[in-house]
Amino acid sequence: MSDTPQGRQAGPRPAVPGYHREAPGTHPPLDFPDYRSTALRHPRRPLVPLPHRLTEVTGPLLGEGRVADGDHDLTVQHAGEPLGERILVAGRVLDDDGRPVPGTLVEIWQANAGGRYRHDRDRHPAPLDPNFSGAGRCVTDSEGRFRFVTVKPGAYPWKNHPNAWRPAHIHFSVFGRAFTQRLITQMYFPGDPLFPFDPILSSVPEAARERLVSRLDMDLTMPEWALGYRWDIVLRGRDATPFEDEEDDG
Amino acid sequence: MTLPQTPSQTIGPFFAVGLPWPDGPDVVAEVTPGAVRIGGRVLDGAGDPVPDALVETWQADPAGRFAHPDDPRGPSTSGFRGFGRCPTDAEGRWAVRTVKPSPLPAPDGGIEAPHLDVSVFARGLLHRVVTRIYFPDESDANAADPLLASITDPAARARLVAVAEGDRLRFDIHLQGDKETPFFAI
Repeated sequence: MSDTPQGRQAGPRPAVPGYHREAPGTHPPLDFPDYRSTALRHPRRPLVPLPHRLTEVTGPLLGEGRVADGDHDLTVQHAGEPLGERILVAGRVLDDDGRPVPGTLVEIWQANAGGRYRHDRDRHPAPLDPNFSGAGRCVTDSEGRFRFVTVKPGAYPWKNHPNAWRPAHIHFSVFGRAFTQRLITQMYFPGDPLFPFDPILSSVPEAARERLVSRLDMDLTMPEWALGYRWDIVLRGRDATPFEDEEDDG
Repeated sequence: MTLPQTPSQTIGPFFAVGLPWPDGPDVVAEVTPGAVRIGGRVLDGAGDPVPDALVETWQADPAGRFAHPDDPRGPSTSGFRGFGRCPTDAEGRWAVRTVKPSPLPAPDGGIEAPHLDVSVFARGLLHRVVTRIYFPDESDANAADPLLASITDPAARARLVAVAEGDRLRFDIHLQGDKETPFFAI
């Protein structure tokens, strides 16, 4: 067999439904001058359209093997409890047709209650908490649900502009079930007065910003123990019509 | 579509708190036949290294199958993970150890040359950027690849093909500038 595209067995053409494209007005632009670090890091050439073929409609399904018992609880990872306001953060991973995304890995990381990350390059002179690492993970259940126990992160200063402060937030990383669905984002807390001053949240088109803000949920809140914040993550859904194989159509 | 999609936000500078995995760069184990290191640097528009980027790769196995049930031809049976994740170091370097995938049938006709899909996240990137890595010993397959063919600038096209350096493959990711890597709207 010769080593050419014609000679190699790539197999019959598969019918593969793609995923919805990113809805206009959803994502921040890559070039956003108010967030200074975008200046030298955004591509200047137009993005090339990538049709959704096999590599794009599949993706890493990293589930149980990546998560240990207790990984969803950031308050039990050390000898003592972390300082700060204990909270629950729960929600669902859904696609934009409202279908749950089960069995997908959700990873979070965050600052401690004082607004300090456990990271060498975080120079904010707020105390580290020996009882808080700030990382958690879980796998969504059959209904796409996730649930974390943590402490509310503090606001913290950064050097983007004079007197710049990030509103409190938790970073979320979600895979979905296809390369097209991969998403890294941030969840905020309702009513934070820092919102209007934050270029990272403000980079999102105005109508879509509220989608990054959790809501206080008294049903999720556990009396005498922790406030509950609810936040759903919506990934792109799948096209209804598979691509028809012309040869099969005959 | 009934629900509005969730917007992206930057991965920020402190993702090392939670995202790197000890085995993240090991798409395959070291002893795997045909294993090759693919890596390079992530560079900004001034040519400076990006020390706070995360590079992720996704690919088929050497039989052209994915560790995933949605491939209508059936899933990989080799136990192949297909996924790599590597944060950049202080010099902007990243690398994964993997094997070359097989070509793939394109549903819209043609055959896709062996490739890896790549996501790049970084401080200063408000949304991931997506590119592909092709293989330098696949010139015939690359010439017939429908996605490469859609890139009209030959210099840009060439930047999607890794460069053989000894027993490694080098793939630098230029986020901006004269050598800007082609990125895809996915």
